[in-house]
Amino acid sequence: MSDLSKIAKKEIKELLTPATLVPIIIIAILFGSLGGMFSGAEDELNEPPRIALIDNDAGILSDVAYQVLNQTAEIVYTGSNVQEALRTLDDNDGVALFIIPSNFTSNILDNRTGTIEAYWIMKGAGFMDTLPSAVAENVLISVDQSISATLITYDLSDNATIILNPTQLAETTMFKDKEMSGISPMAISTVMSSQSFIMPLIVMMVIIYAGSIVISSMGSEKENKTLETLLTMPIGRSSIVFGKLLGAAVVGLLMAVIYMLGMSFYYNSLIGSTSIDLAQYGLTLGLVDYLLVGASLFAALVFALALCMILGIFTKNYKAAQTMTMPVTFLAMIPMFVTMFTDFDTLPLVGKILVFAIPFSHPMIAMRSLMFDDYVLVIAGIAYSTIMALLAMFVAVTLFKKDILLTGKAVSQEKLDKFPILVAMMKMSKKRRR
Amino acid sequence: MFSVEVNNLVKSYGSFQAVKGISFNVREGEVYGLIGPNGAGKTTTLRILSTLLEITGGEVKIQGIDLKARPDEVRKVISYLPEDAGAYKHLRGREYLKFIAQFFAQGQEAEDLVSRGMEIANLGDRIDDKVEAYSKGMARRLLVARALMIRPKLAILDELTSGLDVLNAQEIRRVVKSYASQGTTMLLSSHNMLEVELLCDRIALINDGKIVAEGTPNELKEKYGANNIEEVFVRVVRE
Repeated sequence: MSDLSKIAKKEIKELLTPATLVPIIIIAILFGSLGGMFSGAEDELNEPPRIALIDNDAGILSDVAYQVLNQTAEIVYTGSNVQEALRTLDDNDGVALFIIPSNFTSNILDNRTGTIEAYWIMKGAGFMDTLPSAVAENVLISVDQSISATLITYDLSDNATIILNPTQLAETTMFKDKEMSGISPMAISTVMSSQSFIMPLIVMMVIIYAGSIVISSMGSEKENKTLETLLTMPIGRSSIVFGKLLGAAVVGLLMAVIYMLGMSFYYNSLIGSTSIDLAQYGLTLGLVDYLLVGASLFAALVFALALCMILGIFTKNYKAAQTMTMPVTFLAMIPMFVTMFTDFDTLPLVGKILVFAIPFSHPMIAMRSLMFDDYVLVIAGIAYSTIMALLAMFVAVTLFKKDILLTGKAVSQEKLDKFPILVAMMKMSKKRRR
Repeated sequence: MFSVEVNNLVKSYGSFQAVKGISFNVREGEVYGLIGPNGAGKTTTLRILSTLLEITGGEVKIQGIDLKARPDEVRKVISYLPEDAGAYKHLRGREYLKFIAQFFAQGQEAEDLVSRGMEIANLGDRIDDKVEAYSKGMARRLLVARALMIRPKLAILDELTSGLDVLNAQEIRRVVKSYASQGTTMLLSSHNMLEVELLCDRIALINDGKIVAEGTPNELKEKYGANNIEEVFVRVVRE
């Protein structure tokens, strides 16, 4: 074996450890799941949307509209009762109720635009949640085109404007007990994406920055042997723990503010003047809402820091500390991806439980939930995150009083003796290291 | 009065016993040395007395305070210098002393502690350099200063001069001796037998977690018919 291969072999052995492999595998799985989500989106785009139709016109052009809708969408209700139509849509997981008014055909034939009333049933404000309504919007474009073709074929109009655009849409979006006139789910989702994308990203960055500060601080204290001095001084263990947490929180938040400023400039330059003012639809946050978002972020941050402190207790040096941040990063990435692309409300039950159980999810979903007055979810999230944060802090302070802080051994021999397989695995691992 | 009272101290890590029921007392103002081979249990004993490790069995009293029941009170009267201790590298020497001093005193009193620390460290202008720029000897002098400037009732010094050159080691020994004469009890461990002989009023030889011999340097040399403590050490360990 040449010197080159000897050195290369040693390097590979040193570098190819579970600590380096596991994060890559988990990232690959996460991206794989994202790919799965997008292929799911493709399926959704190919599926005909479920709609309800109330035709109050029964003219030739409304008949054209019906024919097109019948071919391109799945009509789950045809009748004349709006409430019944909405109920049927709800039962059948439908997307929209289209109402063709009685003057639809006559207006177009009189060279006036025919109006189709659309009541969009919006289930979530995530990007994935608006796909069905986007498909239904395309169906209405087909209706418009077919009516144009009918007008030309049967020479029903000589007004070019009407022939090109015979119909217009009067939209109302219904989402979480709110009725918003003149706006489509896609428009709402696009505007709300500032929260959908930026908030989770900021929360994740704060948690990762502040978390890695705590873990690195512990790794550095252990590596430089300054921790032992600190622990033998007349300073309460809780003061050491909370002092470290506070320092990391301040620096983490400062980093987040800098990051947020950059991101908001970037985002504003992208959106520009096309932005729709959601305030006119009652989608605004008041002072109490912002306080709740702040409380949610604070509880999640304290939990993250306490969790990192616990991980830091097990770290032996600065290098090991770097890999210890990985579990926290993954915990923050899961809700970030989920909230970016979908809505908590539209998740399956298992997904809801998983996302709720991760305290980092709550500040990510808080803004959107508060905009739609879902105070129960936000307050429950804050309460849960606070309990988890207190629990994590209690564990951190308790561990600070134990030998494990210095010895780094998590399991006593007596406990190990009860798990012979674990002992065998540890022995094998030690042998390999030697 | 005893500054340190250790009775039948036991420390176990699972089924492994690092300290097997040792007992010794250190009088106030005394310099007491623990010597023994690597892994004998010296550092474990010092770490227990410094409140870093939990007691598995037995009893320890520092300045009459029960260590197991009131570790927070013990921390007010001790100062511990670990073998390979470091200081915060981003701080300057003076800043490090100030950082430590503020936990023991406020205002002018804290400033007096820092002045005393600077005197012990004897680093001249280099006291205002960053710790990361210090040589090993300079860093150790700063740490000894940190440990002694507060005039603790008990200073626990693990491998006081480990890795230092003769000049630095001699300087540090001089400081320790001086503070001992002013009333601080010193409990130290060392592999340097000459250092132990020069510094300690009494010595305990520890081997395999047990104290196998104890006495003044002269008593031990006489008992084992040895010319120096190194010879005593070799004989005791081989027995």
